[in-house]
Order: sequence, then structure tokens, then C-alpha cells
Amino acid sequence: MTPPPFIPSYLPETPSQTAGPYVHIGLIPEQAGFEIFENNFSGNIAGPDVAGERIIIEGRIFDGAGHVAKDVLVETWQANAAGRYNHPADTQNKALDHGFRGWARTGTDFVTGLYTIRTIKPGSVVGRKGRKAMAPHVNFWLASRGINIGLATRMYFGDEEAANSDDPVLNIIEQPERRKTLVAPRSERDGAIIYTFDIHLQGDRETVFFDV
Amino acid sequence: MTPQAEFHQRNRDIHPPAHTPVYKTSVLRSPRIPLWSLQNSLSEVTGPIFSADELGPLDNDLVLNYAKQGEAIGEQTIVHGYVLDGNGQPVSNTLVEVWQANAGGRYRHRNDTYIAPIDPNFGGCGRMLTDERGYYFFRTIKPGAYPFRNRINSWRPAHIHFSVFGTGFVQRLITQMYFEGDPLIPHDSIIATIPDKSAADRLTARLDLNSSRPLECLAYRFDIVLRGRRQTLFENKLQGG
Ligand SMILES: [Fe+3]
Repeated sequence: MTPPPFIPSYLPETPSQTAGPYVHIGLIPEQAGFEIFENNFSGNIAGPDVAGERIIIEGRIFDGAGHVAKDVLVETWQANAAGRYNHPADTQNKALDHGFRGWARTGTDFVTGLYTIRTIKPGSVVGRKGRKAMAPHVNFWLASRGINIGLATRMYFGDEEAANSDDPVLNIIEQPERRKTLVAPRSERDGAIIYTFDIHLQGDRETVFFDV
Repeated sequence: MTPQAEFHQRNRDIHPPAHTPVYKTSVLRSPRIPLWSLQNSLSEVTGPIFSADELGPLDNDLVLNYAKQGEAIGEQTIVHGYVLDGNGQPVSNTLVEVWQANAGGRYRHRNDTYIAPIDPNFGGCGRMLTDERGYYFFRTIKPGAYPFRNRINSWRPAHIHFSVFGTGFVQRLITQMYFEGDPLIPHDSIIATIPDKSAADRLTARLDLNSSRPLECLAYRFDIVLRGRRQTLFENKLQGG
């Protein structure tokens, strides 16, 4: 076996700092109250040509006192309907959907505290090192005032009970009741499929966050 | 890019912990249960990719990208540097986004009510892709300091907020850049959330006179390091059996 190449030293990562109360200026200028760029990133990522079931993911984010956090940046990263990420490291033998990047960005609303992602339901992705498949899920990343380093979590789908109970990531969470913090119930409203994913930053119902 | 190359585990000691009472807002927004350690799967080693045609030609020029009747007011400044990973490799074609207050310390944001005036010609945000060497640059005006409600008399040193992607979603980083010599740096409650003094010091951009434009524009140098990947040679040999 070839030994790993000798690397004399590693560069330490640049430390994180809070995104602050005005994160919207840089990342969601429209929410800050102005228009500047011609192209804007958004939470509405399922264009007309994208394959898959249209869904809305929505929810609120609560702090440790139960207050709704109304200034949080929410980003999601997911596979396409076939269960493949639009990225060169994903070499699964599944169809790519070139019109679907799989990344969404939005903010919780200043008044209601609700965030909304309009996307498609992802397929199941192969697990770590090609092992057991992971249940369909959406990767979340949160940043805001008061959050010193971005928080990573995952949303699973409430109607995927069998796949969820077999999911290699949910199953590393020791307490079964804490796994439920990652599962979003499915409902219908005005003909749209809604998954409600509330996130608790702290407290009795604290969401599971990952050190990824 | 090698498929499935995993990232080194994040060294949490160089980052601020979630709960930092010196920065009061963190107290109720910090998870108290330890994070669950999750080894990398495809969901972690992949991440969004952006292309140059999504950006406009003035997106990295904050002096001009919101100019209505003239240029933004303030000290014209170039900020530039390299985005590297922990192995010293350039992170090319990655999206870097920046935002900041204007020269008076006021943000163009509906929630900012500070007394300093809005500059009609300054938006306060920009974005760019690194080139194949990981290099980025943008032109802006130097932001002013501003007060914030933390302690009675808390002021932020002049700073620029940075958002960077990398190639995998777990490299995602938001941080802030400060300016060498700012007397507010030792008094700042946000910098103080970082326990490691040398780590905090890496957020201070150095004056770079050689890159300034004589009679026009000063320059500051700010390099950014994202998490590195494991050496894939070793991985491949293991997998090949
Ligand atoms: Fe700021």
C-alpha cells in the first residue's frame, strides 16, 4: 500500500463569525429592501422543466425562550428526484437534471417568521462509501444574528416511514424521540403539498444539529 | 475532483462556540445538546456550483454597482486574496459574497435605524467567483464603525461580512473581515466570541500598499481558508483493496 503523501502542515480554517442582523443585504437584498443584482438566488428552485413532485417546505425557527426568530438565513441542499446531487463528486448511475442545482436560499419572514422553500421531493441517495441508501432528505444550513457558526441539520419526510426507520443517519441518533425533530409531517393546502419543518435552536424540543 | 473525497473533521477550537454570553444574542440561539458527529456521505461532500454567467459585470464593484447619480462616498478600497483549503490548494470557481455598512456605518437595510445617513449611491453588497488560482478581488469603500445593542456602549469595528461556499456544502462559511490597526478590534464582543486569539487575528486584513492604486485606491489583503479534504490517494488504495 502506498503511504499517504507527506504534508508538512495544514492551514487552519478561517474562523466563523455571526452573519449578523443584516445578512439579508448581502445574500437576500430584496428582503433587506432594495434591488441591486440582475440575477438573484431564491428559495424557489423547481423550474418548469425540473422532474419530480412539487413540494413546499415551510416552518419557523424558535429560540430557547420559544420566540420565533425572524431574521434567519435558511439554505438547503438536496438531490434531484432520482436521488442524485448535481455535483461531480456524485457518480451514482442515475439521471442528472441539469435544470436543477438543488440549492435554495431564503430568510425567515420579518413579520411572520415563516420560511418557504419551493422545490421537488428528492429521491433516495446512496449512503456513505456506497453503503446502505439514505432515506430522502434535504440538508439545511442556518446562519443569523446570535448564531456564531452555521448550524447544519437535515429534514426527512414524514411520509417515508419505512425508509426513515432504516436510515443510517437517523439511526445514529441515540434517543428515538430526538430523531423526530428531523421528520417533517406532510399535509395539503390549496392543492399544494406542504412539509412543515419547524426548527428549535434550543430548549425541550431542541432540533438535532450535526457536526458534519 | 476525486469522487467522495471526505473533508477533515472541523477543528471546532478555532471557531466561536455556539454559546458566548459576551455576545448576548447567542445565549438563546445556541443549541445546548452536543452536535451529533456525522461522517461524510454524498450529502456532505457535494454542494452547489455557480457559474460566471449568473453574475453581472459590476457585481464585484461596490463603488459602482448601486451608483445612481454618482459614485459611493468614502475611502475607495480594494480587498483581495486567495481562497484556499486546508491543504493549501486553491478553491477555484467558488462563490464569494460580501456585504457591509456604508462609510458612515449605516446599512441599507429596513431594520437599520442608526443615525448615519444612507448613501444613495451605495448598496453595500457584492459577489464574485474565485479564478482558477482561488483568487478574488472587489472594490468598495471602507465601511464605518457602528454601535449595536449588546452592552450599553458596544461598537463594531469596521468590517466586511463574507460568505463562501467551497466545493462541498460542509465547507460553507460565513465570517467577517476587519481592518489592520482598527482601535475598536480589542473591544469588540463579536471578535471576542473566538477563544483562540491567533485565530481571531486571522480575520484582520493587512494593508497591502503594493496592491493599492497610487492616487486612487488603498488595498487590503484577506486570505480565506476552508476545510481541506483528506488525501484521496490513501482512500483509493484502501477501496481498491
Ligand atoms: Fe455588520
